[in-house]
Amino acid sequence: MSRTIVTLALLSAAAAMPLPAEAQSSMTLKSVSIDLPDRGIMFSGEGSDAVNNNCLACHSAGMVLNQPALSAAAWQAEAEKMIQVYKAPVDQKDVPAIVAYLARIKGTQ
Amino acid sequence: MKAGNIRQAFTRRHLLGQAGLAGIALASAPAWAEALVQLPLPGGPDERSMTTDFPQKGAMVLQRSRPPLLETPFEVFDHGVFTPNDQFYVRWHWAIIPTQVDVDKFRLAVRGHVNQVLSLSLPDILSLPRVEIAAVNQCSGNSRGFFQPRIAGGQWANGAMGNARWTGVRLRDVLDRAGVKAGAVQVRLNGMDEPVVPDGPDFKKSLDIDHARDGEVMIAYAMNGQQLPVLNGFPLRLVVPGWYATYWVKAISDIEVLDQPDDNFWTKTAYTIPDTPRADMKPGQTGVKMIPINKMVPRSFITNVKSGATVQANATTLVRGIAFGGDTDVARVDLSSDGGKSWQATALGKDEGKYSFRQWQAPVSLPAAGNYTLMVRCTNSSGVAQPDQANWNPSGFMRNIIEATSVTVT
Repeated sequence: MSRTIVTLALLSAAAAMPLPAEAQSSMTLKSVSIDLPDRGIMFSGEGSDAVNNNCLACHSAGMVLNQPALSAAAWQAEAEKMIQVYKAPVDQKDVPAIVAYLARIKGTQ
Repeated sequence: MKAGNIRQAFTRRHLLGQAGLAGIALASAPAWAEALVQLPLPGGPDERSMTTDFPQKGAMVLQRSRPPLLETPFEVFDHGVFTPNDQFYVRWHWAIIPTQVDVDKFRLAVRGHVNQVLSLSLPDILSLPRVEIAAVNQCSGNSRGFFQPRIAGGQWANGAMGNARWTGVRLRDVLDRAGVKAGAVQVRLNGMDEPVVPDGPDFKKSLDIDHARDGEVMIAYAMNGQQLPVLNGFPLRLVVPGWYATYWVKAISDIEVLDQPDDNFWTKTAYTIPDTPRADMKPGQTGVKMIPINKMVPRSFITNVKSGATVQANATTLVRGIAFGGDTDVARVDLSSDGGKSWQATALGKDEGKYSFRQWQAPVSLPAAGNYTLMVRCTNSSGVAQPDQANWNPSGFMRNIIEATSVTVT
């Protein structure tokens, strides 16, 4: 197979518009079933309930913990983005608690 | 799959894990938290776990467990121009990803503004003319963690990229079997991943019809000679050579030919860049015209010398690395050992095709003790060279500044 590919690659390289090399040989695909690992840790500490209850349905806590320090305004914008753009089912009354928690553990002050 | 307000595609393990989380996860470290890696991200956090816990994957940098964001450990890029499938980076937008695929039942729909709606089996697709191309797949936000000011999002170092030899069929050949009607403007690809929340925007991307039919854009069923890992898009993913990976839709099951420009969130609103040179703007700047991200730009990296390394004076070190030209060939790669004041040409390795990584190497001998900054700069065959200033934009896209590596000579 590789010899065919090399030959055709040379041919197509000579053409005005380079196209992927073309080859003929069969390949069979096999069914797959995988299990993904557990989703990891939860948020902890004072005020973590609001974050655990509203944020972990869509993504694991590690995503947040790996973020750089951001201002409270930036965290507010992130929360709003999750709600407005990605339609996260966040209880509006929990938003201040979520932002306060994130600004505390990942804030710029 | 629908349960109340939130759809969950949990496996049995997930449910068990979830049930146990409150009780044990806080008290005991997860099994994958065995090794840590430092990513040199300014201001941190710079520590990540190495994980081997993902199916069909070897050791990966864990950026996010769900939906998976797995970064290729940078040393992998020193091993050759092709990134092994089991260490190829992984990025999913939504947590419902196809974890089971039956190759006998799988069908790819081709519909919309076509003469003949198709439902193609995998054997149907494998019977089409087979093509191969080596191409770099790079996340739009690769290296986002280096932007300053920092930006929320996947905090990647430089490992959200990989190069593979892709095997599959031309998207054009599939479209031609359906027969694209006059007036078609775009082709929209949808994968089997789904939003976790019912109203969340399903991940779809569109290409202009001429791009989709250019003969290079392909539907791949193999990478590096093997079927795709599930986390890289088994059984079929789009390959869009020279374009950022957001267009390389994974696990595609639906191709829709559009007679109107796509207005879905992921094509029109997300993944946009400032329409400025190097996609650069000032933080907080307003009124900037935004356009969909598109072609890649050149990059290059030293892969065998780490920042902070110590080398002996007057000893010749063969410095090597990888480069790619973005949307066209690598023309040259230059190396500087004086922080960019002077440059020497490097020797390029085997050419695997214009969209591939290409290795380069150059001998370096530093005469006197002290601190030096090695820099590497790729220029592509369109004359585009890596810039010496970092760009900034609100999504942290398209970083391609000349990389600098500090070494100490003793």
